[in-house]
Amino acid sequence: MNTVGYTAIALQVGAVAAGAPLLTGLMRQTRALLEGRAGAGLLQPWRDMRKLLRKEPITPVGTGPAFRWAPPLLVATSLVLAVLVPLVSTVTPVHARADLIVVVALLALGTLALALAGLDTGTAFGGMGASREMTIAALVEPTILMSVFALSIPAGSTNLPVIVAGAVDQPARLTSPAGLLAIAALSVAVLAESGRLPVDNPSTHLELTMVHEAMVLEYAGPDLALVEFGAQLRLAVLLGLLASLFAPWGIATSASLTAVLLALLLVVLKVALLGMALAAAEVFWAKLRLFRVPELLAGSFLLALLAVTASYFLGGER
Amino acid sequence: MRTVHDVHTAELPKRAETLLRDGHRLALVAAHHDADAVRLVYLFVSGPPDTRIELHVRLDPVRPEVPSLAHLSFPAGRFEREMHDLHGIVPLDHPLPRRLVRHFHWPKGWYPMHPDAGDPPAFGEQEGPYPFLEVTGDGVYEIPVGPVHAGLIEPGHFRFSVVGETILKLKARLWFVHKGIERLFQGRSVAAGLPLAERISGDTAVGHALAYCLAVEEAIGTAVPEQAQCARALLLELERLHNHVADLGMLCNDVGYGILNAHAQRIREQLLRLNHTVTGHRLLRGGVVPGGSALHTLPGRTRLEAIGEDIREIVRLALRHSTVHDRFTGTAILRTEAARDIGCLGYVARASGLAQDARIAHPHTPHGHPANVPMHTGGDVLARFLVRAEEIDASLALIRQLRDCVATGAVLGPPPAAGAGPGSGVGLVEGWRGTIATRVELAADGTLTRVKPVDPSFFNWPALPVALNDTIVPDFPLTNKSFNLSYAGNDL
Repeated sequence: MNTVGYTAIALQVGAVAAGAPLLTGLMRQTRALLEGRAGAGLLQPWRDMRKLLRKEPITPVGTGPAFRWAPPLLVATSLVLAVLVPLVSTVTPVHARADLIVVVALLALGTLALALAGLDTGTAFGGMGASREMTIAALVEPTILMSVFALSIPAGSTNLPVIVAGAVDQPARLTSPAGLLAIAALSVAVLAESGRLPVDNPSTHLELTMVHEAMVLEYAGPDLALVEFGAQLRLAVLLGLLASLFAPWGIATSASLTAVLLALLLVVLKVALLGMALAAAEVFWAKLRLFRVPELLAGSFLLALLAVTASYFLGGER
Repeated sequence: MRTVHDVHTAELPKRAETLLRDGHRLALVAAHHDADAVRLVYLFVSGPPDTRIELHVRLDPVRPEVPSLAHLSFPAGRFEREMHDLHGIVPLDHPLPRRLVRHFHWPKGWYPMHPDAGDPPAFGEQEGPYPFLEVTGDGVYEIPVGPVHAGLIEPGHFRFSVVGETILKLKARLWFVHKGIERLFQGRSVAAGLPLAERISGDTAVGHALAYCLAVEEAIGTAVPEQAQCARALLLELERLHNHVADLGMLCNDVGYGILNAHAQRIREQLLRLNHTVTGHRLLRGGVVPGGSALHTLPGRTRLEAIGEDIREIVRLALRHSTVHDRFTGTAILRTEAARDIGCLGYVARASGLAQDARIAHPHTPHGHPANVPMHTGGDVLARFLVRAEEIDASLALIRQLRDCVATGAVLGPPPAAGAGPGSGVGLVEGWRGTIATRVELAADGTLTRVKPVDPSFFNWPALPVALNDTIVPDFPLTNKSFNLSYAGNDL
C-alpha cells in the first residue's frame, strides 16, 4: 500500500509541477484562438521560465528577508498543497493530514508572504497591490473554508480525502442544494484567489489597475520565475481541488497502481477541461470595477454560508 | 478672413478681453524674434462664420515682458508659460509663474527658441527645486507613476495623491519629449517642412500636414483645386477612422474585455492597409501636399461599408456588456463648465456638451461638411466612447459623399505669382483629436522663418486631472485612454 501511495504522491506532484505552466499555456492559447489570434503556444510559459531563470537575480535596495523569501515560500506552500490535496488518490501516506483548515492556511500563507514582500519593497505599487490583494484575500479565504465546510458536514470530517471518498460513494451529495451552492461559491473564490477575470486581469500592462501583478512588480529574473511558477501551481492545484470535490469520479480510492494511473490521466483531463472552460468564459467577461469586487466576493461568501446552512437543515437523511 | 491688428502692450488685455467676450477663443500664441523687436502673435478664432483675428504686440528685445492674460483665459496662461520657457519672454503678474515646457535638466537661462540659444547644451544641474504640491491628511499617500511605464506608451509622469483608492489630486508632468520641432522648421523650404509636419504627432499625419499646408498656401497665395480639397477632407476622415477604431478597442481592453480589442485592431489593420493603397503609406503620409493632394487610389465603397458594419457590431457588443457599460458610466466626469473654462477641443469637448468642430467653424472646403456633429453631455468615459463611435459613422457617411468629387493622381493648384500672398498664414483643421492650429511665416525667398503648430492635446491635457477628481486609481488608465492625448504633439 505504501509503495503505491508514495507513487501516487510522486505522480501527483510531478504532474502538477510539470503541468501547471502547461495549463497556463493552454488557457492562454484557448483565449487566443477564441479571440482570433495565433497565440504563443502551449510551451510558452516554460520558455518564459527558462528565459527568466537565465537572468541575473536582482534585489531592490532596502528590501529585507520578506522580499527575499516570499518566492521560495510561495512555491514551497504550493508544492505542499500539491502533495496534500487529493487529486489522484484518496489513500496516500499523508491523507490523514490533508485537512481543510491546513489547505486554506497554506493558501493564505503564500498570499501573505507575497503581500509582505510587496510592502517590503516600499514602493507605492507594492503597497497598493498588497492592500488590494489582502482586501480580496480577506473575503476569499473564508469563502473557501465555508464552502468546503458545507461539503464536510455530510462526510462528518474536515479531512479532504474523506470528503472526496464520501462523494465518490454517494454522488447524490454533490447534487444536493448544499453541494450546488458550494460549487458556485468555491468557483468564484478560486477565480479571485488565482487572480483571474473578473477580479484581476492577468494579462494587463496597466500598472495602476493591477492587483497581483502590482504586488510582484519589483521581482525580476529567477525570483520572478518562482513567483510566476507559484501562481501557476496554485491555479493548477485550485482547479484540481475543484475537480476532485465536485467531479471526483475516477479518483483512486484503493491502493492499486492501475487505479492510480487511470486517476492521473482523468485528473489531467478534468483540469485541462476546467482550464479551457475558464479561459473560454474569460473571453466573455470584463474586469469589474475594483469597488464592485467585494460585492461579488461577499455574494460568493453568502452562497457558501447558505450551503453550510442547507447541509445542516437538509442533511436529515444522513 | 484673417484680420491683423497691431496693438500696444498696454491695451492687449483690454482687446483680448473684448474678443474673448465676443465668443472668440485663443487658438494660438507665437513669439517671433524679429530684427528690432520681439513680436507676439495672439490668434483669436470663432466660427461659423469663420473669423480669425490676430493681435500683434511688439516687445523690447532686451527685456521682453508682456502683461499676462492668464486671468482672462486659462489657455493663454499656458501659452505664456510655454513662451517663457522657450523664448524667455516674461508674462507679468502671471498667477502661476512656474515652468511648463522646460525640462528639469535644461541649464538655467537657456531658452531653446531664443536666437542666441545655439546648439542644445548638455544636461546641467537642475534648476531650483520643483516640488509637487503635497496633499496632507490622515491616510493620504502618493503614487508616483512613470515616466517609464509597464506598457509601450509615451513618457509622462503622474503623481497621484490618494486616500484609500480615491484620487484627491493628480499632477501630470509631461514634458519629456521636447524635439525642437519649431526650431527644425526654421530655414527649411516649404516642401522640406511637410515631412516634419507629418511627424509632429505620428497618428495625426494628415491633420498636421493639412494645417501646415493650409497655412503655407495662405501665406503664398495658392488656390487649391476643388478636387484636391475634397481629397484632403477625405484623408482627414480616413485618419479619424483608424484612430477612433483603435481607441474603441483599447477602451474595451482596459476593462479586460480583450476580444473586442482583438477585433478592433483587426479592423484597424484593414484600414491601415486601405490607407496604404490610398496614399502609399499606412498612416496616410504623402497624401496632402502643399498646393493640392496626391492620392493613388480611392477607398472602395463596399469595402468601407463592410468595415462600418464591423465597427458598429463592436460598439453594439461593448455597450450591451453590462460590466463594460458599468465601467464606462459615470467614470471621470468632465463637466461642461470645466471643459469650457479649460478650453477643451475635439471629442473631449463634444462629450462634455461643447459643440467644437473646425469642420463647421473653419471649413477649408465647401464640400464635406459633416451632416451632424455627434455630441453628448455626460462628460464621462461612456460619453467619450459614444461620441467617437458616432463620429465613425459620420466619417463614413462623409467619405461616401466626398468620393464623388475626388480625383486620383497629383492634383495641384497653379503656382502663384511671387508676392501674391501676405507671407504669413494660418491653418485650422479638425484633426481626429480636435482642432489643430498652425501658423506659418515665410521669408522673402520662400523659406520658413517660423512655424508654430498647436496640437489639441495642448488644450486638453489640463482637463484630465480635473476629470479624475474623486475617481478611483484603477480607473485612471481607462480615463487616460478615453482622452487619449498626444505627448509628442503637446511637447514640440
